[in-house]
Amino acid sequence: MKISRRQLLILLPAAAVAWESVLAGTPEEAPNYKMTGHWWGMLIDIPKCIGCGNCVRACQTENDVPDGFFRTWVERYHVSDEDMTRPEVISPDGGKEGFPVAEEDGRKYFFVPKLCNHCADSPCTQVCPVGATFVSPDGVVLVDRSYCLGCAYCVQACPYGCRYIHPEKKVADKCTLCYHRITKGLTTACCEACPTGARQLADLKNPNDPIHEFLKTHSVQVLKPQMATGAKVFYNDLDGSVR
Amino acid sequence: MSVFKDAGHLFRFAGLFVLAFLIFLVVRHYVVPKSFGQYGHYRGDAIGEIAARPVKFAGHESCEMCHSDVADKKKIGKHAHVNCEACHGALASHADDPATVTPVLPDTAVLCARCHTASAAKPKGFPQIDPASHYQGTSCKTCHQPHNPGIDAGGAK
Repeated sequence: MKISRRQLLILLPAAAVAWESVLAGTPEEAPNYKMTGHWWGMLIDIPKCIGCGNCVRACQTENDVPDGFFRTWVERYHVSDEDMTRPEVISPDGGKEGFPVAEEDGRKYFFVPKLCNHCADSPCTQVCPVGATFVSPDGVVLVDRSYCLGCAYCVQACPYGCRYIHPEKKVADKCTLCYHRITKGLTTACCEACPTGARQLADLKNPNDPIHEFLKTHSVQVLKPQMATGAKVFYNDLDGSVR
Repeated sequence: MSVFKDAGHLFRFAGLFVLAFLIFLVVRHYVVPKSFGQYGHYRGDAIGEIAARPVKFAGHESCEMCHSDVADKKKIGKHAHVNCEACHGALASHADDPATVTPVLPDTAVLCARCHTASAAKPKGFPQIDPASHYQGTSCKTCHQPHNPGIDAGGAK
């Protein structure tokens, strides 16, 4: 077979691309954890939350979250019968040390723990210019610290306010759903520390997870469903005044 | 071949393009991490790096392996579903090295009040007390045993 110089020049780039994929090889699989076997989310049972702040403290300990920044936080809502669109919301230091004692005044009170919603179609990953943030194959939104530029596009894009720029590392930081724990068979630090079971880790791909029965039998909502983010943090008994 | 007569400059130009493309591929090969694109438009190895971060909360299963006596006491009381580290704090360091890392016993006057201080904002069914009138400065442990807090279970020793 004789190849002309022209044919050779056409073939060379194609060969280079093929050679590169050969070098990349097949991905190595983790021994006990199969990413394709899970699809993570969380269930927040609002009537069970007492606003103790255990989750916020546990998260800061587990993930070395700097003071004044939060991967999870708790908000207290105070809603009047007359105007539910203007609730009074407080979250002193993210609810880390609990909340001031509330006096009975006939109006509605409840606590709303918040965290990254680990959206399936997350706005934050779509705006990253360098591919530093992504939805993992098991449905967790993560940040690659060594790739992040700290441009903060994602901080602006998140409709739930769940991201911040780490004051020392100067990169985007957020809830990892304790990825280092859930891949070892543990639950998240916030769920481990929650005394009332108001927060529960959920694996939507596990047919035996109690989440399926819960979603079937309760009135469950996600935050800002109109934004079609595919949020996977499910709130039981969520009040319409929550933003 | 009359068509290509006097077209040498075009071939040289095209050759430059091909050369530039090859240089681009070589540079790209060294600059882009190997695992980039393994699962999507990101570095696949980042997943493993995040999964390798250290654990601080051991998880109640670890605690119960040694402290089965406490687990037995706890499961018959009101605190059955409160995990160990909800009160005792993150203790993976103790679970990894029980001989040298000794956990500090929490102060019940602070700890219990964190959850059980009465507030109109808390769910109505949750047991709540007013610290000022309920125990008047005595330790909660005098009457309530934290692992099984019912008053009939007696105080802790």
